[in-house]
Amino acid sequence: MKSRRDVFQAIADPTRRAILTLLAVQALTPGAVADNFKSSRQTISKHIQILTECELLKQEQNGREIYYLINAKKMKDVADFIEPFRKMWDDRFNKLENVMKKYKS
Amino acid sequence: MGLKTKIDAEEGKQDLVITREFDLPLELLFKAYVEPEIVEQWMGTKVLKLESKKHGSYHFETSDPQGNVVFRANGVVHEFSPNEKITRTFEMENTPFPVQLEFLEFEKLTDDTSKLTMQIVYKSVAHRDQMLQLPFAQGLNMAHNRLQDVVNKLK
Repeated sequence: MKSRRDVFQAIADPTRRAILTLLAVQALTPGAVADNFKSSRQTISKHIQILTECELLKQEQNGREIYYLINAKKMKDVADFIEPFRKMWDDRFNKLENVMKKYKS
Repeated sequence: MGLKTKIDAEEGKQDLVITREFDLPLELLFKAYVEPEIVEQWMGTKVLKLESKKHGSYHFETSDPQGNVVFRANGVVHEFSPNEKITRTFEMENTPFPVQLEFLEFEKLTDDTSKLTMQIVYKSVAHRDQMLQLPFAQGLNMAHNRLQDVVNKLK
């Protein structure tokens, strides 16, 4: 259960979510990731390190450069993990919407 | 993206924000939180008391199909501005979960659409994370129970 919690906290951070979104499209070097943010390279590097420790990111050596990319399998686990909470509220609100549509004149 | 209901839970904070856009005029969305018989319909719970005013309080009770009470919740209303906001507490009775504070803000988007922003503040970061994980854990339990049912039938 511990590792799940760490993953959950990792993706709760808006910057780290933005990094994941960025790397979902293409593999990038840490420097290229940092170019997309106002934060310092050190800060972004720390975020990448946390995401890698949680196995949300994978490394790939390409010549002298290290590229980071999304670990799709782990990402799916996490999406599944938060999804029930969101789904619970979504279901509840869908019901509200349906009930209230009857009151629309 | 494109999800109608969104959850925003920042790391290390003891609150979370739920946002939802409705295909309903603001007045109808707000009404869904005020009229007891309407609340009963979409919450799937019995409304024992619902006083929608400052210093008012509410009490909900949910029973299983056999009539056993499975869930009771109550709270008090701190702020009540029609079509604008409700500030209230929420407590699940007979559970280890502490009372939580809820800020509900209702917004008009267009004549036919509206938005609800619900901020929930928990006693601690750990309590918030626990509540976030609860439906996940319940899902696991339900899957486990279903499995148990199937296994029992095989016996």
